Amino acid sequence: MDTDLNLTQHISNRFNEELEEVRNLALNMGGLVEKQVSDGLKALLKAKSKLGEKVASSDYKVNAMEVDIDEQCTLILARRQPAASDLRLVMSIIKTITDLERIGDEAEQLGMYAIKLADDNIKPSQFVELRHLGEHVKEMLHDALDAFARMDVEAALQTIEASSTLKEEYDAISRQLILQMMEDPRQIKNALRVHWCARSLERIGDHCENICEYVVYLVKGRDVRHVSIDEMKAELEE
Amino acid sequence: MTQVIEAPDIHQAIKQTVGSPFTHKPKISTRNVDVFYDDKQAIFDVSLDIGSHEVIALIGPSGCGKSTYLRCFNRMNDTIQSCRVTGEFRLEEEDIYARGMDPVLLRARIGMVFQKPNPFPKSIYDNVAYGPKLHGLASNRAELDEIVVSSLQKAGLYEEVKDRLNASGTGLSGGQQQRLCIARTIAVSPEVILMDEPASALDPIATATIEELIDELRQNYTIVIVTHSMQQAARVSQRTAYFHLGKLVEVGDTNQIFTNPQHQLTENYITGRFG
Repeated sequence: MDTDLNLTQHISNRFNEELEEVRNLALNMGGLVEKQVSDGLKALLKAKSKLGEKVASSDYKVNAMEVDIDEQCTLILARRQPAASDLRLVMSIIKTITDLERIGDEAEQLGMYAIKLADDNIKPSQFVELRHLGEHVKEMLHDALDAFARMDVEAALQTIEASSTLKEEYDAISRQLILQMMEDPRQIKNALRVHWCARSLERIGDHCENICEYVVYLVKGRDVRHVSIDEMKAELEE
Repeated sequence: MTQVIEAPDIHQAIKQTVGSPFTHKPKISTRNVDVFYDDKQAIFDVSLDIGSHEVIALIGPSGCGKSTYLRCFNRMNDTIQSCRVTGEFRLEEEDIYARGMDPVLLRARIGMVFQKPNPFPKSIYDNVAYGPKLHGLASNRAELDEIVVSSLQKAGLYEEVKDRLNASGTGLSGGQQQRLCIARTIAVSPEVILMDEPASALDPIATATIEELIDELRQNYTIVIVTHSMQQAARVSQRTAYFHLGKLVEVGDTNQIFTNPQHQLTENYITGRFG
């Protein structure tokens, strides 16, 4: 029998509030990170170096939120000694925000490369393939955060499954950039920059996958890290 | 302890025990246990094995029957007129409720430590020596001395009292008195020790000492502990059994019960939710 993850039914109202608060903070952090990624991509694909600067200089907000949420979680552990689903919630929040912070770092990278590419007058039309990968990553991040907010295992599994196309796209971009570099060595500098951006996007996808795995742990109590999606499904069906 | 709450809808929710109540080669096995106080039923069809050399924690809200059930193991309920126990209790192969079973000898094999430390108003030495004398476990003073010393050592109390074995047991601190009671229990070489909230009247330091002791005692004894402290159950036990309204709701590996319980009632109880 699956147990309900009802946050608001503790005998201690204060505990309800603390859990709700820390969960909301994590969701807010997710929203901020999502905006950072979206802005980073926009700066890159529309050659807006101002926006790139804004993204690169806003990462401190994400970092500050991570520190704050970590502290709240520490206090909950110290004061409440949560068990079962409460413990899993606190654990998955602690882990989720670490991945969110790293996604923030990758967004910062996108902003920095947007500035460099725009300053070198590289037209976004020269790396249009990033747009497709970027859209996929944005979608994946949105779905992962949504699965986390709704504690939805099905959605989490679907998001994990979608990550395989992301990897294919990243490989295709890598191959294309290698070809470009071989054809015209003068392009190596900027091709490498574009490649770092693709790499950042692919890393964001990995972090989204992690977040989805924490959702499965939170809801089902099963640790599904480092197993294939098929093994995951089989384990959850047990 | 005798209060039984009527709640038909909850009884519906607990149709059968979730988890793994049975073990291979149990030290004690219980099957289909019902306990009544007059016509009020306090325990409903509980079947559970206690594994050898394990610490099993019985948890649940007040009035759930965990103490009643614990007291059945060494027939402490025999002394309550209105109490009637049915079902099967076996200590290895022996029937605990067999006609030929002497409760006094049974209680030497299945000892008990209570919530409030209850040393006899005698010396520390006599408290521990009482059982071995009664059961004729020592043939001379030297043997008795050895039993007393080794029991106090096993209970982690010897170093603190070795210079005043003739002082009164009631003059010790609460935590020391409780360890004296544990020493008294293990002096008669029991196989199983029942503990009914052994640390609930103690401060955190004395509690930590008792918990440490429980872990050491597991090498030689099987321990069944009733506790209201969930953290204590999580710390000291290998298996945990959750009781609710006289029914055994869920039994499982302690690590699993405290991170991923399978029954909603268990979840509600250990996370402090209404339910």
